[in-house]
Amino acid sequence: MSDYGPVQVRCPVLNVRRVDAYYAITVVAPGIAERFRSGQFVSVAVGGDHSSTLLRRPFAIHDVKPDYGGTVEFLFAVRGTGTAWLAERRSRDLLDVVGPLGRPFPLPRDPVNCVLVGGGSGSAPLFPLAQSLRRRGCRVDFVLGGASADRVFSAITARRIAETAVFTTDDGSFGTRGRVTDVLGRVIEECRSDVVYACGPMPMLRAVTAVAGTHGIPVQVSVEETMACGTGICMTCVIPVVGEDGITRMVRSCVDGPVFRGEQVRFDDVGTIPFDALGAPGWKGAGASRPAESARDIA
Amino acid sequence: MNTDLRVRLGALELPNPVVTAAGCAGSGRELAQFFDIAEIGAVTTKSVMLEPHAGRPAPRMAETPSGMLSTTGMQGPGVDVFLQRDLPWLLSRGGRAIVSVAGSGTAEFGELARRISAEPGVDAIEVNLSCPDPADPDGRRFADDAARAAAVVSTVRSHARSDLPVLAKLAADVPDVVALATACVEARADGLSMINTVRGMAVDPRTLRPAVAGGIGGLSGPAVRPLAVGCVYRVHEALPEVPIIGMGGVRTGADVVEFMAAGASAVAVGTVNFSDPSACVRVLREFTEALESRGVPRAADLVGAAHRPGTGV
Repeated sequence: MSDYGPVQVRCPVLNVRRVDAYYAITVVAPGIAERFRSGQFVSVAVGGDHSSTLLRRPFAIHDVKPDYGGTVEFLFAVRGTGTAWLAERRSRDLLDVVGPLGRPFPLPRDPVNCVLVGGGSGSAPLFPLAQSLRRRGCRVDFVLGGASADRVFSAITARRIAETAVFTTDDGSFGTRGRVTDVLGRVIEECRSDVVYACGPMPMLRAVTAVAGTHGIPVQVSVEETMACGTGICMTCVIPVVGEDGITRMVRSCVDGPVFRGEQVRFDDVGTIPFDALGAPGWKGAGASRPAESARDIA
Repeated sequence: MNTDLRVRLGALELPNPVVTAAGCAGSGRELAQFFDIAEIGAVTTKSVMLEPHAGRPAPRMAETPSGMLSTTGMQGPGVDVFLQRDLPWLLSRGGRAIVSVAGSGTAEFGELARRISAEPGVDAIEVNLSCPDPADPDGRRFADDAARAAAVVSTVRSHARSDLPVLAKLAADVPDVVALATACVEARADGLSMINTVRGMAVDPRTLRPAVAGGIGGLSGPAVRPLAVGCVYRVHEALPEVPIIGMGGVRTGADVVEFMAAGASAVAVGTVNFSDPSACVRVLREFTEALESRGVPRAADLVGAAHRPGTGV
């Protein structure tokens, strides 16, 4: 319907490959590839047209290439029947894909030093981001973590495209034993980072935001929240986020995110309705002082 | 063949019977990225309340076999924002608007009906009787008590513009859906929408905790379709003159045929919008093809076909 919004397409699978502990699927999707900006995601129907598995699975876009008019690659781990079905796809199978969805990572206007922090398969969207930042003359450093060596995604690529790359594993099987936040402060200082970009589980994003805060630099986080539609209509993926006006709203991760400024996400209140959120029970904001709503506020 | 897709819901004529279900299409804006919303019969908006509501905590959703459980808790910006932002947008795109209203207490429904009636361009009001009434100490739904449901419908009818159709949205998990429907019609509902989600539960096998916050969620999707078709059939049998919008697990054009044969005059597409954002136009296309292949010249001829002896239409 437009040149920039998402499209729904039946895409031929180009290939499915194992990458460390994960799978990567590349599909031919020119319309999605040409609209894509770093940080956006696709949602993929699983199980076939008459499957009892109704809901799409969201995946961050990991790579976009100009081949065949435009290809899109996304990464996933097999976690249930839907992802198990995806892992069984073969070249030339068709996948029903909607994308690109969500708000992309904002890019700095000037060349600045950026540290990209990823956990597990959450690292995937950081790679196209790194390339976008490099094209703008930014310095890029990586901090990637995972439970074990095979869950630190694409360490070799990270080393190749970044100035420095530091790795952590929970079990110490690769890089430094511990969490990404154990090394992040040192990286920020040594690389004189101006901004942090992070993607991974919510507790990691919370900890990364705290580290960035102690160093006084901004952080952009891409959240992973369960969602049914990915297009903004189901209202199931909401998290509490503080707006520029200081008011907390329950916003949709899919269309208002998945990228937010870390300090605006109320990580301690995720999974709750904060008492002071717009429209919370007992909320007293009604009347003359009600804030104006903009198109990206709650629907 | 030139199939006539027009259907009537009392005084309201729609160009075709495929509409969206409340809560499954927002106010049309998101789906409009995928198709022209003027093409479908109407958009039923997400239920609007008087004030902004933040809704329920996460997790709000769990996938179940052929369905999903959800509990968004009526999150929405309130009627002011709806009337300033969402409704004008929908009408500007040529969409027909069935505005769903939800209230805590009967008076809020009346106020909403009055406010929405004052807006030109609205095609109908749908009264959501399946939301828990915060004014009720036990958190019961209006639909749990036919007399209370009828009181809400009556209030909406008396506050709404007289030419604006009022549709009562019924719950299916009630002791007697025919009694509920009859009470709403006697309270001057112009038509009925059925069904809403059905209360259900799933337990996370890993944590052994309820899969959605609050434990109980609303089950929707193809899993509830036979229940929905059964309700439409029984109510149409009892009240053959009352127009019905049928809904519950519609996924294909064949499902629309099924609902209309059971007695629905229009059919709403709900949960499938989440998984297939183009579903409404696909379902409409499949439905049109189904009519053509059967040689049915008018969609309206299908209504109630399952009640008639013989081989259908």
